[in-house]
Amino acid sequence: MNRGKFLFLSLSLLLGSLTEVAAQTNGEGSQFLLNSLFVIAALVFFAIVIQVSDNLMAIEAKRIGADKDGNHFGLMPRFYELVGTKLPAYLKNEKVIISKKGFDIPLEGKAEAENLNVSVHRFSVNPANFKGISPIPKVLVEIGDSVKAGDPIFYDKSQPDFIFSSPVSGEIVEIKRGEKRAINEIVILADKTQQYKTFDKPNIATVSREELVKSLASSGLMTLFLQRPFNILPNLSIVPRDIFISTFDSAPLAPDLGYVLKGQEITFQAGCEALSKLTSGKVYLGLDGNGDTDAASIFTGVTGVEKYYFRGKHPIGNVGVQIHHIKPISPEDKVWTINVQDVAIIGKFMLEGIVDQTRMLAITGAELKHTGYAKVPFGASMSDLLSSEEVTEEHRIISGDVLSGTQVSKEGFVGFYDDQITVVAEGKNYELFGWLLPLDMRPSVSKTFPGTLLGGVASAANTNNRGEKRAFVVTGEYDRLLPMDILPQQLFKAIVVNDVEKMENLGIHELVEEDVALCEFGCTSKQPLQSILRSGLDVIKAEG
Amino acid sequence: MKNSLLSFFLKIEPDKKKSPFMHTLYDGFFTFAFAPNHVTKGGVHVRDGMDLKRLMFHVVIALQLCYLFGTYNIGQQHFSALGMYEGFLEGFHLKIFYGLVQILPLFVVANVVGLGIEFFYAYKKGHGIEEGFLVSGALIPLVMPPALPLWILAISVAFAVIIGKEAFGGTGMNVLNIALLSRVFIFFAYPTTISGDDVWVAGLEKVDGVWTASYNFIVTGVLNPVFESFGWATYQNGIAVVDGYSGATPLSLAAKGGWEAVTARFTPEQMFWGNIPGSVGETHKLFVLMGAGLLIYLGIASWRIMVSMVLGLVVTGILLNMWDATPAMNVPWYYHFSMGSFLFAMAFMATDPVTAAATDRGKLIYGFFIGAIGLVIRVLNPAYPEGWMLAILFMNVFAPLIDHFVVEGHISKRKSRLTKLANS
Repeated sequence: MNRGKFLFLSLSLLLGSLTEVAAQTNGEGSQFLLNSLFVIAALVFFAIVIQVSDNLMAIEAKRIGADKDGNHFGLMPRFYELVGTKLPAYLKNEKVIISKKGFDIPLEGKAEAENLNVSVHRFSVNPANFKGISPIPKVLVEIGDSVKAGDPIFYDKSQPDFIFSSPVSGEIVEIKRGEKRAINEIVILADKTQQYKTFDKPNIATVSREELVKSLASSGLMTLFLQRPFNILPNLSIVPRDIFISTFDSAPLAPDLGYVLKGQEITFQAGCEALSKLTSGKVYLGLDGNGDTDAASIFTGVTGVEKYYFRGKHPIGNVGVQIHHIKPISPEDKVWTINVQDVAIIGKFMLEGIVDQTRMLAITGAELKHTGYAKVPFGASMSDLLSSEEVTEEHRIISGDVLSGTQVSKEGFVGFYDDQITVVAEGKNYELFGWLLPLDMRPSVSKTFPGTLLGGVASAANTNNRGEKRAFVVTGEYDRLLPMDILPQQLFKAIVVNDVEKMENLGIHELVEEDVALCEFGCTSKQPLQSILRSGLDVIKAEG
Repeated sequence: MKNSLLSFFLKIEPDKKKSPFMHTLYDGFFTFAFAPNHVTKGGVHVRDGMDLKRLMFHVVIALQLCYLFGTYNIGQQHFSALGMYEGFLEGFHLKIFYGLVQILPLFVVANVVGLGIEFFYAYKKGHGIEEGFLVSGALIPLVMPPALPLWILAISVAFAVIIGKEAFGGTGMNVLNIALLSRVFIFFAYPTTISGDDVWVAGLEKVDGVWTASYNFIVTGVLNPVFESFGWATYQNGIAVVDGYSGATPLSLAAKGGWEAVTARFTPEQMFWGNIPGSVGETHKLFVLMGAGLLIYLGIASWRIMVSMVLGLVVTGILLNMWDATPAMNVPWYYHFSMGSFLFAMAFMATDPVTAAATDRGKLIYGFFIGAIGLVIRVLNPAYPEGWMLAILFMNVFAPLIDHFVVEGHISKRKSRLTKLANS
């Protein structure tokens, strides 16, 4: 039975029964019933008119062939069009994970899709960039030494095979030491023409896992991996359960990784093949399923990996969130993660035998005159990168994004794992009734702000704390910002009271700082959730 | 202008060491006027514009219609007891100003006492003044009878803030809802001022066994001359109530004579539109619903609690209707929404995030039990005609237990998921 017939039959049944009732009722009630009947009849009339014109439109669309791509033509929207759950065609036969949780912070200052012309002379290797390294590494160079890109700079005393190598060729100009002779920074002045140390190329087809790990560790490329739980440098003696790569970054003003890796298809594929040698399980690729068209072909075209699409808002692009949905880690598991650009770096090493740690760095922020991308090795000097910009005390330079990046001074350097720098205004001003009647736009999860009600108006945010720290009051707000099956507020409370068993039970090992950064952003009570989480992770790590 | 105001404020800042109490006080008012210039340090660099002040203030905004109608209704009930000015606009100025004379002292006393204690504790503990009392102070006057003696109000607020909140560690730490705690304190300590048929209409006094209108000095000495000068109607002392008048609320009528007794005095429409005696702010159901709608729309109050509370009332109400053993049980379940303060309790009391269950599933359970237990108290308990206050406080105590079981369930679900994956 088609829809029209069914509608007609049910309506006539309804009308029939109503007239029956009206006929049997007398007195005051019948007047009311009669009126209701008129109203219903009018509604039915309009419903039929709408239904007929709807069908006519669909017929016309079919006649002229406008409905070929599956779009629905008609007067009334279909239910799924109203709620917006229809998936784009490219996701039809893929593994798709959809999450309604999260929030995309609308900020101004996204990187333009162009390469900026910057020349960086000074680079730094900073042991503090590497989490899980033993406190003072063994330095292998002295001031005045010249190094090639890929030459060892220092090694981790707890894992002597684990080499940290130079990003560029040049001269060691400074070794900054801190308290107890800890190494703060090893600064290298880069040569005009880069020279690369050559390594024996491992043969992807025949190399064993042990040889590959040895070769990557001695060239300083094992540093590109991070091991979960805890997000630390990998332990060379551990075979990871799986390796996860997120191919899109959903953080505010994050670089477009498809643009960043353009033209590196061959090295990226080679890198993925090397990765699959390193794990006993699989290499998983998290792809962006938010777009109307498919993710960049460099990622969709890779073979030998498991691909999952993710659809949702930040932090859906975080690899931790993706691991949780693909194959969550138990406290005993160890998995590795790696950034996409670093996969290509490993690929280049496999194919050419050189360590070329050059990455595309997104230079972002509403305070900059020019945003865009710069192709530089890791550890680039901020003052060189921002030499054409006027960055003053009123600005904050962040290595990374505004949620989980680190503040660095203008004399500082880009962090090892960061592929983005952001410059935002410091918010050191008093605002008259700023909490009640803000005069400028500011990002917020809350609908009490007009900008949020309008669907997220981008604003140039500043670093004002937007209120004072309070006890946990609001409940359920973190749940809406963390697309994982985890009870965040209960977990944070367990960390605060140092309840180790509960922390483990609630899944602390699945989280790292960047995953809860959005919760910290949206926290009404301005709690420092990332540092709370890290203190909990440290406790768990110390317990073993 | 803003800058000169700011520099003036910064100039008068008291010394923190010399006069710590003044500094705490200053800090409280200064952060109210100016959002502080603190910047983020470590962690996220950009913060959401929402803070606790803004959150709480939106609850206060949602209460404003209740305040407006509450003010009017104090006068309306007073004059309708006297058989005067029955129409909505008749004697409008008399009703509004009489309402103001009653409600302003309630508001001022509740806030001065409550905030005073908050300020004192903030100074003692050496932290900033937290805004928890912003909402409590707005709620308390709305849940009190209009003619409550102010000294009783002061004691109850002091009790609630000191024992209910500061003893537990301040804002965000309290187990029981502060506004309801102050009300329940009066309910048990001074029951004659908050229960029975004689307390819900202000300005009536028993003279020789007859209730007559009686006004205080502000009404006769200040308002009357002003109205006279405009040539408007004035307040008249000593007018007796109409024959057979009773200040009984729909609930006490229902407890005695069921739905028939209620409808003999009030129509369902009258109860919905709030033209009934009751606590100050809860009578107008539409305005309460609008406040609830605003809170849900802005995502400030939990819709889960509200929906499950309605469900709890509906299920229990239908069951009680089917049982139908006492007069009160035959009140149709759907009229329980417009009698008494169910909707007000649902929108503003049960949804207090500090005292409610914290987990999503816990909120559903919490709300349902409030709806069910509250109606049981309302219908079955002979001593207490209204049940929401007690039901909410009761469930406040149980909220951590509910959360505990929800969290345990979540943990075992996580474990089984992991073992399933390990075996796959």
